[in-house]
Amino acid sequence: MRYLPLTDRDRGEMLAAIGVDSIDALFADVPSAARRDGLVDLPRAMGELEVERAIAGMASRNVAAGSVPFFIGGGAYRHHIPAAVDHLIQRGEFLTSYTPYQPELAQGTLQYLFEFQTQVALLTGMEVANASLYDGATACAEAVMMANRLTRRGKAVLSGGLHPHYREVCETYARFVGFELAAQAPAPGGGENLAGLVGRDTSCIVVQNPDFYGEIRDYSELARICHDAGALLVVAVTEILSLGAIVPPGEMGADIVAAEGQSLGNALNFGGPHLGLFASRDKFVRQMPGRLAGQTVDADGRRGWVLTLSTREQHIRREKATSNICTNSGLCALAFTIHLALLGETGLTRLARLNHAAAVALAERLERIPGVRLLNRAFFNEFALRLPRPAAAVVDGLAEKGVLAGIPVSRCYPNRTELAEILLVAATEMVTPEDVDRFERELKEALS
Amino acid sequence: MSDWSQAASNRPAEDLAPPIATATGNRGLQIEERLIFEQGSRGRCGVDLVDPPPFQTRLGGLERQGAIGLPGLSEPQVVRHFTRLSQKNYAIDSGLYPLGSCTMKHNPRLNEKLARLPGFADIHPLQPASTIPGALGLIDMLAHWLKTLTGMPAIALSPGAGAHGELCGIMSIRAALEARGDRRSRVLVPESAHGTNPATAAACGYNVDSIAGNSQGRVDLGALQAKLDTDVAALMLTNPNTCGLFENEILEIAAAVHAAGAFFYCDGANFNAIVGRVRPADLGIDCMHLNLHKTFSTPHGGGGPGSGPVALASSLARYAPLPWLVHGPDGLELVEHKVGKAQQAIGRLKGFHGQMGMFVRALAYMMSHGADGLRQVAEDAVLNANYLRVRLETDLSLSFPGPCMHEVLFDDRFLKETGITTLDFAKAMIDEGYHPMTMYFPLVVHGALLIEPTETESKASLDQFAGVLKALADKARSGDAAPFRAAPRWTPRRRLDETAAARKPVLRWGPEAVDQPAEE
Repeated sequence: MRYLPLTDRDRGEMLAAIGVDSIDALFADVPSAARRDGLVDLPRAMGELEVERAIAGMASRNVAAGSVPFFIGGGAYRHHIPAAVDHLIQRGEFLTSYTPYQPELAQGTLQYLFEFQTQVALLTGMEVANASLYDGATACAEAVMMANRLTRRGKAVLSGGLHPHYREVCETYARFVGFELAAQAPAPGGGENLAGLVGRDTSCIVVQNPDFYGEIRDYSELARICHDAGALLVVAVTEILSLGAIVPPGEMGADIVAAEGQSLGNALNFGGPHLGLFASRDKFVRQMPGRLAGQTVDADGRRGWVLTLSTREQHIRREKATSNICTNSGLCALAFTIHLALLGETGLTRLARLNHAAAVALAERLERIPGVRLLNRAFFNEFALRLPRPAAAVVDGLAEKGVLAGIPVSRCYPNRTELAEILLVAATEMVTPEDVDRFERELKEALS
Repeated sequence: MSDWSQAASNRPAEDLAPPIATATGNRGLQIEERLIFEQGSRGRCGVDLVDPPPFQTRLGGLERQGAIGLPGLSEPQVVRHFTRLSQKNYAIDSGLYPLGSCTMKHNPRLNEKLARLPGFADIHPLQPASTIPGALGLIDMLAHWLKTLTGMPAIALSPGAGAHGELCGIMSIRAALEARGDRRSRVLVPESAHGTNPATAAACGYNVDSIAGNSQGRVDLGALQAKLDTDVAALMLTNPNTCGLFENEILEIAAAVHAAGAFFYCDGANFNAIVGRVRPADLGIDCMHLNLHKTFSTPHGGGGPGSGPVALASSLARYAPLPWLVHGPDGLELVEHKVGKAQQAIGRLKGFHGQMGMFVRALAYMMSHGADGLRQVAEDAVLNANYLRVRLETDLSLSFPGPCMHEVLFDDRFLKETGITTLDFAKAMIDEGYHPMTMYFPLVVHGALLIEPTETESKASLDQFAGVLKALADKARSGDAAPFRAAPRWTPRRRLDETAAARKPVLRWGPEAVDQPAEE
């Protein structure tokens, strides 16, 4: 077996050194009733060639986004990743290192986490960011729980514009962690009165910007109303690239930002691994979940980095920790950091503008199709269309013709007939004019 | 597994290091590297993008105003920066990484290659099912391997890491108890447990009740039985435990837990020791998470991403989180809502469907090893740990006599009266070119040193490592404490002041310097 260095001779010598005559003697503590003498019923070892052949065979049965006109978003976006990103994250010193608990052996990881935290804080317009969580949806649930701790209140209001997966994760946590949620109905056209829902028991209002339907809104007034009532404003962002173009949550008065960072540096990966971003105000930092890298000095007085404020965390605090999270999304955070370092201010804002331009151009083409109505007033790189018939069948039909047309909202809300005709469509810098022509033509034909 | 903060004291070290006399502060291959924010320049960019044609924006008047503050760097600067940072890290690729309970084994590069195939990396989680049969097939095959290896009938695949798997498991247990109208308030956790266990139980609304270990480093069955009653929801037990020992009374433990109407949760962080030789289902376990980034070798990546599938007994399977992957009349189907058989599912724990990229790697790892190779993994992991045990038991202080499983626990008795702590000893290992073992964990012994070599170390590598530890122990006993207290001296940074970092946290680079002239 190519990954196992011991030879049978080594094994024999080592057993002799240990003073036992067989490996079984080292498993003597296993109750005999639970010992298995034979092999489990699975295939035998395979060479690299055979494994590659078998798994590549499975991969080839999927329609890769890059092989067709592709317009799906909904919290996972297809962007171009510069070649340097994947090269650098595959350096063994990054790929095969552990959590940086021994800082003298992990200054590389700690420094990029410090850079990552700074980038996330700048992008979101917040004061402080952590070293990542699993994904945007779990970051959102953590944000609600943090707001509950900070306000000592137990009821969160979720906007109907929140990504349904984010809402569902919050609901799961609410049931078992023990807090209340007032989740509003899906709101593709807007018109929610969230301000009217802020009460004395409200810990936070959770909104998403751009929302699940792509709509961009100003939440400054809502932030003020929350603060007047002693509640917090949590803003979820599922397309982090949007913050290269629109006013960030921090400037609107958000107290906590829970975001998905996949768009920078990370592939779609069928939904995971992705990258949870989490940012907040300085004064709340001791209630934040997850790891934080911080600056310090070494014994010679030179600047260096460590993990810090660990007394919030499970490995120190055990049952009193702010979260049970341990492993986060370190390597995804590195990919994000490298991609954003390559882009810089100029590249990020230009990439954001390219995305917006692509979406505007696509929306203008599609809303011309008879019976199709654009539901957004303002959007970034994704928008909602109302079709003249159920969107799911249209999407399936277009998939057969080799166009991945977007997300029928019914996939997330199968029981809400009023949403059945709504299609979410995203356009990024990856979309070509030919893709747009093809989509328009196929959609027109499907609806005729 | 984590190191322990009591290790973080930073006493002034006697300066044994040679003065750093270079003009740059560099030392040969150790290059000082400033933050990207201190290198960037406005207007420079490492990605060439075309300008979009003129168009009317539709941002609703919410255009971002003012600079974000991101530095501009060219591609060569970025590549050099992150290459230099990488060179300040220790890694499995560069050396033995003996962190106990972390399973730092070789990460095969085939797995990286396969996870990057466009058919896996470039597919969207909400594509129509007809366009992803291969992805669903791979998940189904992974589930089959995990079910066969654990002997459990169901696998919940969505948890993002081990601690997330724990949440999944304890939530499922609570759902099962609630479904039978049984309100219980306590979860029992041995004092040797990982910190995530009590944190998870508390997060799910339970009071954590700690159970003592016995003198053999295992759960004290009598102490457990004394605490078991109809108020106990679950026992959370790691097996093999964090002392590196198999809980030899596990069948009695399981029976006692079940007799009290409680569930038996197993922390599967140490499954590497028994994979292919022992099926958790045969130990009476109801629920166990598997860290794909430990046993199944998906890379730790400096702290993730991980993946924490949870194996469930039939009594818990119906509560598994969404989505479910089921065999339907038209082939594999994703069940994404609480309908039909999934009505009692606890709901969604994470966006989309789990860590697909980790699933591909783990399956490639398992297929490479096969049933025979996986059994050999467990045997070689246990053999390597026991070999280190006998090589070191006279030099360090073995906490519990007799065979261990995949990791071996020492404590700091051998440092008594030397004035050297476990932390000092660990830092001296760094100067010898080794990453230290897990320190100060588990909490059940004083100054713990928990060593897990894994099966991917050769005998020569273990001999060399044992030789270094023996030499350091001899040096410690000789009374020469100063080099230990001053260690490490040959790293890019010497001992870092964690107390100062926490007292006045600096968690980001300051924006006040954004407009400073760029330095090249």
